[in-house]
Amino acid sequence: MNNVQNKKRANKSLPFFFKDEFKVFFVIIFFSTILLISTFTFDKVPPILNRGIQPATFPKGLLVLIMFLTTIIYYLSFKNPWKKEKKLPKPFFLTIISFILFVVISKTLDFFLAISVLSIFVSYNWGEKRVFYLLLVGIIFPLVVFIFFEMILGLRFPPGIITNLYYY
Amino acid sequence: MMAPFFSSKLLVVLLFGTLFGLILGVLPGLGPTTGGALILPFTMTLDPLSAIVLLTSIYCAGTYGGAITAVLINTPGTPAAAATCLDGYPLAQKGEAGRALGMATVSSTVGGIFSVIVLVFFAPVLAKLAYEFGQPEYFALAIFGLTMLASIGEGSPIKNLIAGAFGILISTIGKDFMTSIDRFTYGINELSVGIGFIPVVVGLFAISEMLTQSTLLNQVFKRVALKAVKLPSLDDYKKTWKTILRSSGIGSFIGVLPAEGGTVASLIGYSEAKRFSKEPEEFGKGSIEGIAGAEAANNAATGGAMVPTLALGIPGSATTAVILTGLIIHGVRPGPDLFREQPDFLYGIFGAMLIANVLFFIFGFFGAKLFARITLVPNKILWPMIFAVSVCGTYSLSQSIIDVWIMLFFGVLGFFMRRFGFSVVPVIIGLILGELVEGTLRQSLVIFDGNWLMFLTRPIALTFFILSLIALAFPLLRSKKQKN
Repeated sequence: MNNVQNKKRANKSLPFFFKDEFKVFFVIIFFSTILLISTFTFDKVPPILNRGIQPATFPKGLLVLIMFLTTIIYYLSFKNPWKKEKKLPKPFFLTIISFILFVVISKTLDFFLAISVLSIFVSYNWGEKRVFYLLLVGIIFPLVVFIFFEMILGLRFPPGIITNLYYY
Repeated sequence: MMAPFFSSKLLVVLLFGTLFGLILGVLPGLGPTTGGALILPFTMTLDPLSAIVLLTSIYCAGTYGGAITAVLINTPGTPAAAATCLDGYPLAQKGEAGRALGMATVSSTVGGIFSVIVLVFFAPVLAKLAYEFGQPEYFALAIFGLTMLASIGEGSPIKNLIAGAFGILISTIGKDFMTSIDRFTYGINELSVGIGFIPVVVGLFAISEMLTQSTLLNQVFKRVALKAVKLPSLDDYKKTWKTILRSSGIGSFIGVLPAEGGTVASLIGYSEAKRFSKEPEEFGKGSIEGIAGAEAANNAATGGAMVPTLALGIPGSATTAVILTGLIIHGVRPGPDLFREQPDFLYGIFGAMLIANVLFFIFGFFGAKLFARITLVPNKILWPMIFAVSVCGTYSLSQSIIDVWIMLFFGVLGFFMRRFGFSVVPVIIGLILGELVEGTLRQSLVIFDGNWLMFLTRPIALTFFILSLIALAFPLLRSKKQKN
């Protein structure tokens, strides 16, 4: 309990734009506003064909509701500040980097290679240094999954430098 | 009723589903919702009944499996087992892990079977009632389901509502189903068909959990040794039978309410067990009644949650949202017509749930020690493997790489949502109810010639709106009461 109070107190002493409450409020309002503006660019149904509401009306209503509720939680956070979250550790950022690597490799080189690279990268950075286990998660297991999906579900994976070796 | 079970294939599916569900339940961070979403692509190779039997058996066994980890390592395998930790772990620390798990197994089984009976009797009644529903009533019902998100237990009520509204917003991406006008597609062709359910579920549950695990690598679990699971003694039965029955009733009722699930049921079951107990001071120190109250309630919610899912097409919990998707993928339309047109199919599901409850009792009783060992698989090995299955499973449904990227996006988003106290469950419920909400609203407005006040002239719709207001007011009243 004391720990939570200390965390809350620590959060209270920060300038408002560094606080989690403000960051969350800002991000939601920012993206909701962009989306709300984009709803004005949706095509409209001509009045003669229009039955009920326009296609943009419903999302507009939802976005306004989200913005309204977000404002309420931000307002309530003045009374009850959120507890400050711990700093994110290095493995978290490395995992995010592995996702970016996955997207780049799967788009440019090979889907299967992307899975292998991510698996080895994540496993290694999470502390696995034994070669056998790295090979297990990076090559043997993805290969089993690949063959399973390919044979049981008849799935055709996207072409790539390694996948093509299997298909052709 | 049991005719479909003469098929050995179904029995194999049930056995596999129960075992797989138990493993998912035991592993913290996974669970029946993520597991169901991951296995959904594989169900395409099965007939509709086998597919849904697989998903429901995973649901039943996964809900129970969470108790094993809750008792032995003080970490709930599933959110629904959080209340089980409160007394399960202290009892295990006293050297009575076998007794704690025995009680969890028995009360889960009784709760589960009780809820299947509720399902068998109540679902057809609700389905019959649903014949009276038109578009305005379905709209009001969906709104009721969404407002129930305010009280799902995880996170603050307002944050849950924001997450629910966000889920509905995602459902509006793509071509408008009434006019074919593009919304939020920004010229990307792949988005015209909308965002699939599976990439969002796998992202929000599996990938965001992977990111969460990356922040917990230094966490050390204190494991309690387990010799064998013991059946409760006569004294324990005498002490807990009322609690088990009460919690079974509470769990089934909470499960029936749209969007509520095992987590809320177990918390209420636990607190009611404490309120009625002759030894409330023992709660939190290893009370056998506490374990019984929480476990009977969370498993009773499984059958209860299937009631609105099958009778109305409104998910009773996050896992039933996955089951609902499974039904739709396999061309089965849940709702009142299902009860009239395919009774054999429904009886198959009822029977499967009943057998799954018996099976997890047997597996749990004889195999808990083995299942507990699964938690020894290190995260650095387990999660890259789960990632490989998640990616291939997500890709397989529509063979689109965009779906995989959407999954990753929702994984990162889900991580930050959870970090800042937003539950991801409402997003799933909102996404699955989104089309129903918008569709019925727009069709109702066509019927009413644009007059919104006409909703209030429909008694059933009006009742649901009043219930929605109560659902919104309930968390406020509860927090005021807690403050007082």
